[in-house]
Amino acid sequence: MPTVMELYQLLPKTNCKKCGESTCMAFAVALLSRKKNIQECPPVLEGKFKEQKDKLESLLLPAAGAEETGLIVHPELCTGCGNCVVACPVDVANDPKGAGIGGAPTNDKVIFRVLDGKVVASNIKECRRFGMNRVLCYACIDPCPTGAIEFV
Amino acid sequence: MVTCTCTGCALLCEDIDVIIENNRVKEVKNACRRGAARIRGCVNRLEPSVNKKQADIDTSIKKAAEILKNARSPMLFGWGNSTCEAQVKGIELAKRLNAIIDDNSSFCQGLLIERILKKKFRTCSLEDIRNRADVLIYWGSDAQDSQPRHLSRFSYFPRGEHRQHGYEEDRTAAVIDVRESSTAKICKGHFYRIPTGGDRELILALMDALSGKVPKYDKRVLELAGIMKKAECGAIFAGIGLTYSIKDDPDILVALADKLPNFNIMPMVGHYNMRGFNENLFKETGFVNRIRFEGRPVHNDGYAVVEALRQKSIDALLVIGSDPLSSLPGSIVSHLADIPVICIDPCVTLTSRIAAVTIPCAVSGVESGGSAVRMDGRVVELPGIIENNHLSDQEIMTGLMEAL
Repeated sequence: MPTVMELYQLLPKTNCKKCGESTCMAFAVALLSRKKNIQECPPVLEGKFKEQKDKLESLLLPAAGAEETGLIVHPELCTGCGNCVVACPVDVANDPKGAGIGGAPTNDKVIFRVLDGKVVASNIKECRRFGMNRVLCYACIDPCPTGAIEFV
Repeated sequence: MVTCTCTGCALLCEDIDVIIENNRVKEVKNACRRGAARIRGCVNRLEPSVNKKQADIDTSIKKAAEILKNARSPMLFGWGNSTCEAQVKGIELAKRLNAIIDDNSSFCQGLLIERILKKKFRTCSLEDIRNRADVLIYWGSDAQDSQPRHLSRFSYFPRGEHRQHGYEEDRTAAVIDVRESSTAKICKGHFYRIPTGGDRELILALMDALSGKVPKYDKRVLELAGIMKKAECGAIFAGIGLTYSIKDDPDILVALADKLPNFNIMPMVGHYNMRGFNENLFKETGFVNRIRFEGRPVHNDGYAVVEALRQKSIDALLVIGSDPLSSLPGSIVSHLADIPVICIDPCVTLTSRIAAVTIPCAVSGVESGGSAVRMDGRVVELPGIIENNHLSDQEIMTGLMEAL
């Protein structure tokens, strides 16, 4: 994923406030957290910024498929080992006799499940990174040796 | 939706749900990528052939029997991907032909499995590890890549009966390896890198450290010995890296195990039923591999597939569920060009391409049932879940016996 500075460097850096944010840096942060999209910056849509606009779009493309919590599973990297299924504290709490003890999930309340050898996320609103009382949880990222799970 | 047992590796996961539509696998749930690919079956299905010309299956079996009958020193090799029932028939066939019988364990984990069957090591079941183990040592083994669900289903991540906090608090996992494997990336803080072939020195240093002596080795060995000493229930997952490194003196691992009363040793088996073949042959002969039947079973290292091919001492080879052409070094397999090879496999392999006779079989665990032995010695039933016309390994063995 790109950094805030990478995005900022491609913006007009005029702090015109047309997007509703007070500075271009604030707009870059909003872009990265998917609260704003490129179309909300009128100057960058002008012809002379075309190159920058294309670059911004290509940088933000990987985040396009992210869930509401910013979760992305890269299926090409996933080996389906199921470490995240068992390590996720929500899965353990919601399915203690299935995912909690290393087995296959026994109900639909779990966040992660393995389909055709790849992890698929569902019930994303159960994730600890979601909602008002969210916490910066890394339980599914740390056990993944291939880096197939990412939050953007 | 049906539940099946995965035969992708020796963990034999029994919690796989498969959705079948029109007698084909539509979706596989809970299996890792390796298992899902195995359950989905071959891309290139093997066809029966004789001398590279298509033939029907009966002709192939008859021709195979003829080759084996006319050979003075035939070898039956493979067996790791066959059910126990097929293996028992295979041993009968070897007896009848006075043939050499060997399996992948002769260049894999045979050394350790033999010691386990002779009760020289303490071992335990994978369920015991899940419920009790607090210290896990992956030694020369990359479980994360070779047995992908090992860490999530049994060893590191799950909550067990006596390990309710799982990996977060109750378990410590360490990796001893020559490279930073995927397993080592998970056990970040406890990765001990050793030079290639340096396992023996580490075992000696660990034994010194465990006896209270100061070993002449990297100081981190004291930290590792401290973790092992404190273990209430530990497990050493011995991979092929460790087995290869100590193959000249495997009893050194027995000596280390004697110094660790709370530890169990578990060989990390690759093929799903390699341990089954070792147990079946051990019951019959007292040895786990490298046997020639000459009226009575004779065990000799010259009957290992690698030695037999190097010495060119065999004049026909039956390969079942294995691909020696891709797994053995080129200098050794060159002998396969000079002798008739019979290949029994569900899929096209490198070996099947040079084989004089090919006999397609069903994918065991998916297209045919039976039983298999998991890496810890537990017998697991394999239900066949897809109806098909392919012969199982067991039926092919019976066909060969009848043709003889």
